[in-house]
This record gives sequence, C-alpha cells and structure tokens, in this order.
Amino acid sequence: MSKHPVTLTVNGRPHAIEVEHRKTLADALREDCRLTGTHLGCEHGVCGACTVIVDGAPVRACLMFAHQAEGAQIRTVEGLATGETLHPLQQSFIDHHALQCGFCTPGFLMLAVAALERDPEMSDAELVEVLSSNLCRCTGYVNILKAVRAWAATQAAAPAPAPA
Amino acid sequence: MKPAPFTLHRPRSVAEAAALLAATAEEGGLILAGGQTLTPMMALRVAFPSDLIDITAIPGLDRIEEAGGALRIGAAARHAAFRRPVTANPLGALLADVCRHIAHLPIRERGTFCGSLCHADPASEWCLVAATLDATLHLEGPEGPREVAAADWFEGPMTTARAPEEMLTAVTLPLLPSAARHGFYEFNRRAGDFALGMALAVVSLEDGLMKDVRLGLGAVEDRPRRLSEAEAMLEGRAPSESLFAEVAEAVLPALDPMGDPATPADYRRDLAGTAIRRALAAALTAQSPAEIPA
Repeated sequence: MSKHPVTLTVNGRPHAIEVEHRKTLADALREDCRLTGTHLGCEHGVCGACTVIVDGAPVRACLMFAHQAEGAQIRTVEGLATGETLHPLQQSFIDHHALQCGFCTPGFLMLAVAALERDPEMSDAELVEVLSSNLCRCTGYVNILKAVRAWAATQAAAPAPAPA
Repeated sequence: MKPAPFTLHRPRSVAEAAALLAATAEEGGLILAGGQTLTPMMALRVAFPSDLIDITAIPGLDRIEEAGGALRIGAAARHAAFRRPVTANPLGALLADVCRHIAHLPIRERGTFCGSLCHADPASEWCLVAATLDATLHLEGPEGPREVAAADWFEGPMTTARAPEEMLTAVTLPLLPSAARHGFYEFNRRAGDFALGMALAVVSLEDGLMKDVRLGLGAVEDRPRRLSEAEAMLEGRAPSESLFAEVAEAVLPALDPMGDPATPADYRRDLAGTAIRRALAAALTAQSPAEIPA
C-alpha cells in the first residue's frame, strides 16, 4: 500500500503528488491535485464522465493509473476557461441548454474539445459517433449535439489553435 | 470500484518486460498495454494482479511497419493508429474500416491491437481480423521467442495459447492480394457495444469470378474462425445475393453458437447468416460500381 512520488502536469501546471500505484488518474486529479471538475460516474470506463485530454487524446481517466501519466500533458475542464471568460464550447453549452444536472458535462466538454481540435472538419455523422462515447442520464443528447455542432461550425471556419 | 493494490513496473525494453513477467507471472503478474479491458476488470475486482508491467513506455513498441509481405504490429500499437490506412495495400483500408467499430473514440485512443488478441473476447473485432487473415503471433518467454498461428491461438472465451509467463511482442498480418476487396458487418444493440455477431469477407474478382476468398465469423461461437466450407463454395463462382444466401444457409447448421438469456443460441445462429450475407455483399460493392445480380 506504499505511496510513490509522481509529477502530473495538469493544464500546464506541475502537481508533485504521492500516490499508490493503484490510484487511477481520475482519483489522483480529484483527491491529490484537488481538481474536482473531473467527475467519476461508473469507474469502469463505460460512462465517460471522467474524460480528460492526455497528450491531445480524449481518454477515460478512470482507465489510466496516475503513474502512467507521468510526463504527459493533461488537460481537464478547469483548463478550458481563460480567467472569467468561458471556453466557447462552455458558452455554447449554456446557449443551447446542453446541460441539466451537469454531472456528465465536464466529460462531454473534454471529449468534444479533443475530437474537434484534432479534426475541425469532422462530418455530422462522425460527430454523432464521437458523442455516443459518453452517457448523459438526463438524456440531453439533442441539445449537447446542437451545442457542439454550433461550436464546430466556428471551429471549421477558424484555423486550429495550438494545443495547450 | 477501486483496483486492489499491485506494484506497477514501467520497463524500457521488451527484454526487461519479458524478464519482469517471467519473474512475477506465478504470483499473478500481468502485462498492461492499453488497459481498456484489464483496468475495468481490476476495478470490478475480477482481476487482481500482483504486478502490472506497463509496456507503453517501451520506445518503438507501438510501431506498425510493412516488411517481407506482411504488416507487423507492435505490442503497444493502439486501435486509433489504424483510423487512417496504415498501408496502401488493401489491408490498410480493411483495418481502418474495422477500427471504426471498436468501442468508442476514447477507448480506441488507449486500447491496443495486441492487447485485444491477448484478451481474446469472442466479440473482438481484431480477433476476427487475426483469424480471418491467418495472423502470426510473436511471443517472448523464458524459453525464448516462439510463433503461434492465429488458428491455434484462440482456445475459447478469454483463453489463448499464451502461457502466463509469455509476452505477446507483435502480430504480423499477411498483406492482401492487390485486387482484394473486403466487407465487414457487425450487429450490436447500441453503438460501441459488444457485437452479437460479425463477419469479415475478403475476396478478389477475376473475370467476374471470386478468388482468394476468406470468410471469418466472430462473436457467434466461443472464438473467431474462418469458415472454410463457405469459402470453398464461393471460390471460383460469380458473386450473387442468391449464392451468398445459399452459402449462409449451408454453414448455419454446423455452427456452435454461444447463448445467454438475452441472446439465445438460435438467435445468434440466425444473426450469423445475416452477418455473412451482408459482409459478402459489402465486399463486392465496396470498391465496385457494378451491382451484384439478385
């Protein structure tokens, strides 16, 4: 049950923590880095609530161990806004009423941000397929799709931003 | 929902990983590749390894390369690597097509081709590809390296010819004939769910006749396999929907489908027929504007 040191780079900032090998990235982010924006639903890779971006890829943070993320660039929902200004996708979620209880929202945001930053020209069918990765128990999928689609339209028009 | 304690190792070479596995296998040491199946099994306490040997930090182990008429897939190559064709050979398009059916995007970003083969879920798309294309599996163990043919690899659900102290280091898939076309069909109840039935067909057309036919069936029986009887019925014949239906009918009685309360064996048998017909039809329409005669 011994703890081992590891440094996680989250939203550009290093977090030197000591955790057991068995601790998942999701738990380490919440409990050790004190970044509770990442939510945990099923804890076995089905719901997608814990989706974060690791080296540009959307991944389930409950299916990675914290020690595996050493040296990686991790992005969580806390890193989306710039100061008081929401990320355009966060604003789009508000504008399109794409959240009700909000539990799944951080996961959906990180999933969509990762997918569309990499592939801004994604087709509508591909977008639906991507969003099918995560679960929303308020069943707000139609509005989530609207919010992402609206942001995707502005993304496709603009040059891709440099990864943070 | 938290994994039991274990010791994590992050070796930097295959030799180091193989040695760690050999030293810990008896106690329950396991290789950790993408972790998209093993980690949930650990969270559910179905698996509780003493040691995990994470092979994703080994430089170059995620390489996918063409050599000697085959595609060699390293043990750490992830599903997402196949999203765009990895080779101009028709095999590249086949792998890209099948890849889209594996779970969901975040799972494809982490899970590995070779990990799927080691897990050997009967509903695994890559396991069906390996069986249909006669893959070769390359193992490293205390007795040195050895190779296993895909036909000898699958021994049942989640059971393979791998010994606990052996590590799968790579899989090679033979390149396809340059005129080969493929068709893949799978059925599941929701997008990204485990398949209930799937088929993969690979065929070349010469003067309107089918040759080099390969037909594999997955998710129906307890392991994926080539349907050699069906392949023989198709070889040298002109493709038609009626022939495909005839072939499907001929193979169904000899199948030994898995069954559970939600999907009885007879249901899966019927689904196998549909998957076979649709995979064959897709193979013949995919790259050809010509319509298949009814």
